[in-house]
Amino acid sequence: MGSNGSGIEIKVCMGTGGIAAGGEGVLGAFGEFLARADIQARIEKNCSRHKVGCRGFCARDVLVDVIIDGQRTTYQYIKPDMVQRIVEEHIIGGAPVSEWEVSDDYRAFHDRQVKVVLSDCGEIDPEDIEAYIEGGGYGAARKALTGMTPEEVIDVVKRSGLRGRGGAGFPTGVKWEAARKQPPGLKYIICNADEGDPGAFMDRSVIEGNPHCVIEGMVVAAYAVGASEGYVYIRAEYPLAVERLKAAIEQARAKGFLGKDIFGAGFDFNIKVKLGAGAFVCGEETALIASIEGERGMPRAKPPFPVVSGLWGKPTVINNVETLANIPYIIRRGADWFASLGTEKSKGTKVFALTGKVRNTGLIEIPMGMSMRDIVFSIGGGIEGGRKFKAVQMGGPSGGCIPEQHLDVKVDYENLMQLGAIVGSGGMIVLDEDDCMVNVAKYFLNFTQMESCGKCVPCRVGTKRLYEVLDRITNGQGRESDLDLLEKLSRDIKLSSLCGLGQTAPNPVLSTLRYFRHEYEAHILDRKCPAKACKALITYHILETACKGCGACMRVCPAGSISGRKKSPHMINQELCIKCGSCFDVCKFKAVLKE
Amino acid sequence: MSETVEKNLKAGDAEKLEGICSRHGGDKGGVIPILQELQEHFGYVPEEAVNFIADRLEIPRSHFYGVATFYSQFHFKPRGKNIITACCGTACHVKGSDRLINILGRELGIPEGQETSEDMEFTLEKVNCVGACSIAPVIIINKEVHGKMSAEGVTKAIKKLKGGTDGK
Repeated sequence: MGSNGSGIEIKVCMGTGGIAAGGEGVLGAFGEFLARADIQARIEKNCSRHKVGCRGFCARDVLVDVIIDGQRTTYQYIKPDMVQRIVEEHIIGGAPVSEWEVSDDYRAFHDRQVKVVLSDCGEIDPEDIEAYIEGGGYGAARKALTGMTPEEVIDVVKRSGLRGRGGAGFPTGVKWEAARKQPPGLKYIICNADEGDPGAFMDRSVIEGNPHCVIEGMVVAAYAVGASEGYVYIRAEYPLAVERLKAAIEQARAKGFLGKDIFGAGFDFNIKVKLGAGAFVCGEETALIASIEGERGMPRAKPPFPVVSGLWGKPTVINNVETLANIPYIIRRGADWFASLGTEKSKGTKVFALTGKVRNTGLIEIPMGMSMRDIVFSIGGGIEGGRKFKAVQMGGPSGGCIPEQHLDVKVDYENLMQLGAIVGSGGMIVLDEDDCMVNVAKYFLNFTQMESCGKCVPCRVGTKRLYEVLDRITNGQGRESDLDLLEKLSRDIKLSSLCGLGQTAPNPVLSTLRYFRHEYEAHILDRKCPAKACKALITYHILETACKGCGACMRVCPAGSISGRKKSPHMINQELCIKCGSCFDVCKFKAVLKE
Repeated sequence: MSETVEKNLKAGDAEKLEGICSRHGGDKGGVIPILQELQEHFGYVPEEAVNFIADRLEIPRSHFYGVATFYSQFHFKPRGKNIITACCGTACHVKGSDRLINILGRELGIPEGQETSEDMEFTLEKVNCVGACSIAPVIIINKEVHGKMSAEGVTKAIKKLKGGTDGK
């Protein structure tokens, strides 16, 4: 099924994005029209039509690759009713339908990327273990189990410089070594797929696109550490990922890659899937462990660290999905190859979820050390709608933002930390001039105060108070003393919270205060929202000279606040207006003003 | 098993509960999977069912409630026939999910501060992030993901949904 240069191959993107755009229908249409075609007999044997996981560029879904004798044509925005023409003109006729092909920005989106973790995502059928094996899959596990000692495996991972991709960036090999050194006995490997950061979907895409590389990574990790049982703790909110992961585990077991005496090396390992139940704090390792144990997912103090005493008191290594997905490639291609990518202290590549106000949204993988400007403007294609760039929010509720003056920062763990942001799990949300930074901070604090588990006071009470202060500022009731209060409270929460959730919760506040203090001041001193985003501080008006009286705003207004006769200027009754902005969006003549 | 338990559960339910007990009875850490199966079967977590299982497995009822109330996945009241999930992740937020949620609440007739319409047709729930950020803003209607939603798109989808349920 691999691209061996002959035959016809059709790849239809069937990640969550692809399915939402109608991937199932497109896949079915290809089946139908290929079967209907007269030359069916001739192409049948060589023609494979399969689903692939995320292609990265979800904004262009459904993406379809048609590969004829190694020649690849990529189509974008494909709907089922377009398939017939592709089959007739391209597959039968030999002439690609050029107007549906991807444009230059699609190539720009991909050209600067370096794919390691995502190298098979979007290429192979994630529901077919043979497709993964054909590309060398499970070769790393075989190599490790049959040709290397656990210590040698750990050494390779250490030398590769791989660091945890879940956010904290702890060296993976060091973690494994610490667990290895624990007395022999029952040990656990846990794959943390509780991707709770709003704005992040790297782990979902990896599992949907290539679940076997995660499983293989776990087998290698288990062998290195001496663990016999594994868990994948995955969000229930990712039904497709759960389904593909469970199917992949079954296939791996049937092949003997999981179970007893794997590769005849006398090593046993099994994986169970545990579904999360919707608690952000369970991304924290000790809370995650409590959740697997069937308890409320509350963190506990460290030490002891999980590598010493984790799940049911046994030594436990917890690695993030992307960390584990790197392992097979590191074992196959060697530590030196991996270490040649990236920067001095941050090796390899990192997958980011590039979203927000950028033109090209999607999943990207880049070598560590690429500049933020390249990411946003080369890969992302700049800001949509010609608006002005404001900042990139990184690392979700634990992170911070990178403003325009630091756009040239080389993205790695250390550099971002210095700027008050973090690599985090990899959410990268681009904000433009229409986004209010106080509102963004408020959004994250609303999130953390809701998700705080309540065990320790600084986090439980502190995040709530931070949220309240931010809320009153965005409501135009901020006080001059509020900025000092925010800073002091933030420092206290960081210092005294029990776990990572509380310790990082104030970061969005501190970061926006650091770079966008003037926006806070405008809210408090001038009672103005510079981005015109905070409802309490804006009003909508209709410009009489521009209004054509078409009635579009009147029809769309949910509050019935707009009146006026046809073809004469309309008016907004400020008493009734709920400032939803519907009229602003619907007006074709730019007659509705936001002030 | 108390009488009230038996009274409020249908015949088929009891079998289901026995099944859950025998499947997860010996599990260490089985409380969450049990609650998840209950919710899958009933659409919510009914008090009678929790009590039945807790008593049968000799696990304190309070333990089940302690766990169930911790996680946002579990619901204790029956939910609507149609579940509409609005993503409130960061990308959806900056692309205007708040407005879509207002429209949804209005169109579906969900009372202020509630999740479910009075006729039990619709439940509108907000979730943190469904991880489909590149097609934000996202609305999930009965498990079907709708990306790049606009005010018009939402209104249209709800009309279609209402047409469908009326027709049944």
